[in-house]
Amino acid sequence: MLSEQLTEGFRDRELAEKLTGRIREAATGPLRIMEVCGTHTMAIFRHGIRSLLPGEVELISGPGCPVCVTSGGDIDQIIDLASVPGVILATFGDLVRVPGSKGKNLAEVRAAGARVEIVYSPADALKIAESTDRLVVFPAIGFETTIPVIAATVLEARQKKLGNFMFLVSHKVVPPALDALLADPELAIDGLLCPGHVSAIIGAQAYQPIAEQFHIPCVIAGFEPIDILSAIYRLVCQVREGRAEVENTYGRVVTTNGNARARKMIEAVFEPCDADWRGLGTIPGSGLALRDEFRAHDAGKYFALNPISVPEPKGCRCGEILTGKVKPPQCPLFNTRCTPTSPVGPCMVSSEGTCAAYSKYGLS
Amino acid sequence: MTAKSVLLDHGSGGVASRNLIEEIFLPRLDNPILSQFEDSAILQSGSTRLAFTTDSYVVDPIFFPGGDIGKLAIHGTINDLAMQGASPIGLSLALILEEGFALAELERLADSIGEAAKQSGVPVVTGDTKVVPRGKADKIFITTSGVGIVPDKLILGSGLARPGDIVLLSGTIGDHGVTIMAARAGLSIQSTIRSDTAPLHRLVAALLREAPGSIRCLRDPTRGGVATVLSEIAVKSGVRIDINEKNLPIRPGVETACEMLGLDPLYLANEGKCIAIVDPAHGAALLAAMRATKEGRDAVVLGSVAETDTAPHSSGGRVIMKTVIGGTRIVGPLSGEPLPRIC
Repeated sequence: MLSEQLTEGFRDRELAEKLTGRIREAATGPLRIMEVCGTHTMAIFRHGIRSLLPGEVELISGPGCPVCVTSGGDIDQIIDLASVPGVILATFGDLVRVPGSKGKNLAEVRAAGARVEIVYSPADALKIAESTDRLVVFPAIGFETTIPVIAATVLEARQKKLGNFMFLVSHKVVPPALDALLADPELAIDGLLCPGHVSAIIGAQAYQPIAEQFHIPCVIAGFEPIDILSAIYRLVCQVREGRAEVENTYGRVVTTNGNARARKMIEAVFEPCDADWRGLGTIPGSGLALRDEFRAHDAGKYFALNPISVPEPKGCRCGEILTGKVKPPQCPLFNTRCTPTSPVGPCMVSSEGTCAAYSKYGLS
Repeated sequence: MTAKSVLLDHGSGGVASRNLIEEIFLPRLDNPILSQFEDSAILQSGSTRLAFTTDSYVVDPIFFPGGDIGKLAIHGTINDLAMQGASPIGLSLALILEEGFALAELERLADSIGEAAKQSGVPVVTGDTKVVPRGKADKIFITTSGVGIVPDKLILGSGLARPGDIVLLSGTIGDHGVTIMAARAGLSIQSTIRSDTAPLHRLVAALLREAPGSIRCLRDPTRGGVATVLSEIAVKSGVRIDINEKNLPIRPGVETACEMLGLDPLYLANEGKCIAIVDPAHGAALLAAMRATKEGRDAVVLGSVAETDTAPHSSGGRVIMKTVIGGTRIVGPLSGEPLPRIC
């Protein structure tokens, strides 16, 4: 089976024990490693990787969950659009429970009569648009991993002249966010565990400037436990030896230059813009907007939406959690007012959010 | 409850469903039988102890690989009776039909219901049909209730697990949940997976013949999956349940679909599986008895029960899983409807 081929050997207990032994030997002092990607965060919890690491090695979850870093203003616009009569909002599942600043989420506006359809890919949203005269809006959220598929769907929508299919784009790209994060003097991070899927698109070379400028080791990893442990070991070694290099432990998927074809498609459809990140603020050039030639499919332009800024929910520390400054149990709302059933902040909503992971796996 | 209206999460079988029942219904209907929160209620009539249960079925799509809504409705209610050790004696069948629903499909479902009842040896003895205008229901909703007879002196309950007990699981997990999710997502993997819907009363009868006094608790991990059921048992019994990921039986097709959709099989619904918490003295014999039945041929020892290690003032019982690579993690109950993720 597919999954056996993909995971064979990468969940081997003996190998895991060997690697943790080596990490223990190599970790001579306390060090903090940030995993940038939400899928890594979940894999680390799911496989109990923290329980295997020596106390010196601390894993900090970074801003790598697409839902979590989507600004409150963008979330409000998505929820408002879902409530517009005649609109069908076709969305990935993770967005359904994210609360807007007015206290409502998509599940609640759906219960009140809005048409909110959960889709598994933008192609499914396109199919809905083909089957109806109503306006179908797809909130395009996500990093380099998701963007090529969305770009392909935008191209298909234009080719099919689907005038009733639009995208509300709040895509974000990873490298400028890492720049902003590492430039923060309050952030004390010794190494970056770099995302696998994103790197498949942008290539290992994308981290070279970051490694050099901030003198920080960057190791790209896959999502299986052995992948993650190997990458942690390499990071620990680099720190011990005072090196700051880009290493790629996910060579079976990630190349030095990445996927040029996918990047070309992204460039054909989107252009860089400033983006508002939850927790990080506005980062120049870190977002993507549809190029003007695709304005017929741009829900932002069609509804003449302007960026709105909303304050964070009172007491919510998601911003500091996303930048690794505090851990979920340090937030006064964690597991009290903010739970997976009734989330206040975005880090509790997404299945890849740091707070959701801490809550689900009972860490305190 | 913070929500002002009913949300799909309230039907997920996890924490939200439980909150709905505890906050809306329990205060208004409270009685000692209802508040047991078991799969069936036990009613005493003279010297006879009856198990009584009811369940509604609203699955979409109504036909899926391995079964359909009709089979589910028969098996599900039989299983709720069986989990109290009851031998089912009769079922009711109530249908809410949407105007415009094809009679050919209704006949196909009726055939399936008839076959499921016959194969289970449990008759449908009463029923009802209602029709609502188009759009007021989705094709067909089914409610079944069931009555069964509980053997003398047999007492099973989610609060009866004790340190030292072992945890048996009757077969592979996630088959039903992933089949439905994959059918909805239109995944091509569909051909390799099918629902596990099956009646479990014969499996339970085999366990009761083997060692009735050694069974503490039987549960079928439907909505919310194995994780939610084990968490409930751990909390109600005030124990720690240790399970081993290595022992979890998962079909390769199910595992692949879960990786693709970002789902955890521990939280997916099963419709023909049973968790048994049993006395270790008869553990091996009960496992063998399970494996000797058609429904339990893939049964495994999933883990064991230990003293709770949490401080007295905390929430108490919990489930800990040893992962394949030797790490440990806590397995909590499902909190909301499982949603496929973005990347």
